[in-house]
Amino acid sequence: MNDKRPVNLDLTQFSFPLPALTSIVHRATGLILFVGTAILLYILELSLSSEEDFNSVKECLDGFFVKFIIWGILSGLLYHLVAGFKHLLMDFGIGETLEGGVLGAKVTIVISAVLILLAGVWLW
Amino acid sequence: MVTNVTSFGRSGLYDWLIQRVTAVVLAAYSIFLIGFLILNPDLNYAQWSEFFNSTCTRIFSLLALLSLGAHAWIGLWTISTDYLKAMGLRFIFQAACGLVMFIYVVWGVQILWGL
Repeated sequence: MNDKRPVNLDLTQFSFPLPALTSIVHRATGLILFVGTAILLYILELSLSSEEDFNSVKECLDGFFVKFIIWGILSGLLYHLVAGFKHLLMDFGIGETLEGGVLGAKVTIVISAVLILLAGVWLW
Repeated sequence: MVTNVTSFGRSGLYDWLIQRVTAVVLAAYSIFLIGFLILNPDLNYAQWSEFFNSTCTRIFSLLALLSLGAHAWIGLWTISTDYLKAMGLRFIFQAACGLVMFIYVVWGVQILWGL
């Protein structure tokens, strides 16, 4: 083992390049979606249990707070989807250069921002 | 070759492939579900329960749920091995994730077939 390898890097001291930031957000949204799945499963269960419950779910989703949470989960999903799609492209060798990585990160942010806005328009 | 007893497919290459295959399934299912909701803006209970009563939706939903379990396990395993250095804490985190995934799968089956 080479003892001179850098260890215990202090991540708070770094200036992260854009692809690093989009990668971390990809991880964070993955974690959020894992937790959000519980909320979605609960809503699904309630909405399928009876017509009465379905209507109360519908009513609940019209409230600002609940709608905002759904928008949050949906935003996480859309970002994770776009960033994941970029990942698959890179697996095929597309955009693996330094410039390609930065461009890919920018495109990921722009496309997911547009989709998140559209999702907001759709919900409200 | 790096092997780790807690990784999903027992090797990085399997994990890499499973992560991608399940990602495609989850992407297709998300588009399927969101597409249905967009195409039916005035959704009522009859349409909604009919949609989830169809064998096609149930099979796709169960496939997505199982994919979610594998996909989330690999993702959270990656996160925990990167950021949680203390072995005990990492083990507890991974065990909790595994438990939650198991609950999601069983709960989802109950929702889909317990109508």
